[in-house]
Amino acid sequence: MEEKLVKTCLHDRHVKQGALMSPFGGFDMPIQYVGITEEHNAVRHDVGVFDVSHMGEVRVKGPEAYKFVSHIFVNDVTGAPDGQIFYGMMCYENGGTVDDLLVYKVNDEEYFLVINAANIEKDVAWIKQNAEGFDCVVTDESPKYGEVAIQGPKAEETVEKVLGLAVKEIPFYNFKTFDVDGEEIIVSRTGYTGEDGFEVYGSHEYIVKVWDKLMEAGVQACGLGCRDTLRFEVGLPLYGDELSADITPIEASLSMFVKLDKPEFIGKEALAKQKAEGVKRRIVGIELEGSAVPRHGYAVLADGKQVGEITTGYKSISTGKSVAMAMIEKPYDKLGTPVEVQIRKKTFPGKVVKKRFYDKNYKK
Amino acid sequence: MSKILEDLRYADSHEWVKVEGDIATVGITDYAQHALGSIVYVDMPEEGDEVTAGEDFGAVESVKAASDLISPVSGEVVEINTALEDEPELLNQDAFANWIMKVKLSDASEVDGLLTADAYAKICEE
Repeated sequence: MEEKLVKTCLHDRHVKQGALMSPFGGFDMPIQYVGITEEHNAVRHDVGVFDVSHMGEVRVKGPEAYKFVSHIFVNDVTGAPDGQIFYGMMCYENGGTVDDLLVYKVNDEEYFLVINAANIEKDVAWIKQNAEGFDCVVTDESPKYGEVAIQGPKAEETVEKVLGLAVKEIPFYNFKTFDVDGEEIIVSRTGYTGEDGFEVYGSHEYIVKVWDKLMEAGVQACGLGCRDTLRFEVGLPLYGDELSADITPIEASLSMFVKLDKPEFIGKEALAKQKAEGVKRRIVGIELEGSAVPRHGYAVLADGKQVGEITTGYKSISTGKSVAMAMIEKPYDKLGTPVEVQIRKKTFPGKVVKKRFYDKNYKK
Repeated sequence: MSKILEDLRYADSHEWVKVEGDIATVGITDYAQHALGSIVYVDMPEEGDEVTAGEDFGAVESVKAASDLISPVSGEVVEINTALEDEPELLNQDAFANWIMKVKLSDASEVDGLLTADAYAKICEE
């Protein structure tokens, strides 16, 4: 039986605007409006807006909210000022990744978690299950929120002028709430593109209004197609590609978000052991000669055998190079190691490089 | 509406064929390039390769996906369009002017089994 796809509050806008629609994480989402390349370039050089209402939102509230968030989150929110945001993961006891997420600190007794669309059900169950015994309440607020991401060098100007929100003073990875006609709107300086930008959370009605205003102002509507090419170029992981229940944050080369000096968190023991003993494989970058395109699942070869697999690959829109992220066995993960990628019937030579193919352009 | 040329034959996998003597020129249709979007790479066979009707002979890659090229005819590849190596986007500009390979037919009767322009147009409408 076909799974019934969820429609975001902007669904009828996408259809009317002629977007190519496709299932993503249980939602019927826009992949592109005018073309991945045009939309990608709008975000890199101007401004673009994404419907990211499919993302999940979970609120954790209560006297032990801090203690509980510290328990399920590998990053350390201790001592953070209210309004700060942290990126990190939730892990299983064995170190495998439940999901990667953003944690918004409202205050010591309230946190707002933003999780991946495809994982909402699983994450909410995991969070609730682990909240037993903690004095806090976990609420899945996903159905309540619409969300748009306004990204690109002109994002700040656009949000200020078109939406009339004073966001200039919001620092990178911080958020502010606004009262708009009696409704609380959350705006954070975050994104998934490597460019400056904002993510705006509000009621479905508010988000539809925001979308219409942005369209009227001529802001490029962007689909999930370029969301992937943009995040990929700056080396950001996608759950399902570079992270999964079988891939730990250490293997994903994301150790900087895993704070092993924290007193405790789920998965700490396994991750500490892996960090101490060294991983057997990890995510690296690969650059190919020529322009064949390495894609998810393609084999990476060295010394006449398979040593890994592509997790995400593209002919980079910003640089024109054929590049990929790949899970590679040691010792083939070292920078400069010559490797080959099997693409259909042929193999193409390349080498291991840093997994950042394009420099981030954050406003910090 | 995609462009379809009257004097060519077509495969339902969206390749076109133009036969001159025992040489078949093969490319992808306007409908195919439009459906693929920005083409970033064309994986072509080499001269001297044998291709078989109904089997893949390469691929066309857009930003998002790779799409197999299915040969409408059998025979030996006698020439490939090397211009596509550096400028794959030529296929987006004009899919009929920019062919992919030329094949010396081993069985010319295969061409009779291919779709006419009218029959192909119906497939594109579906």
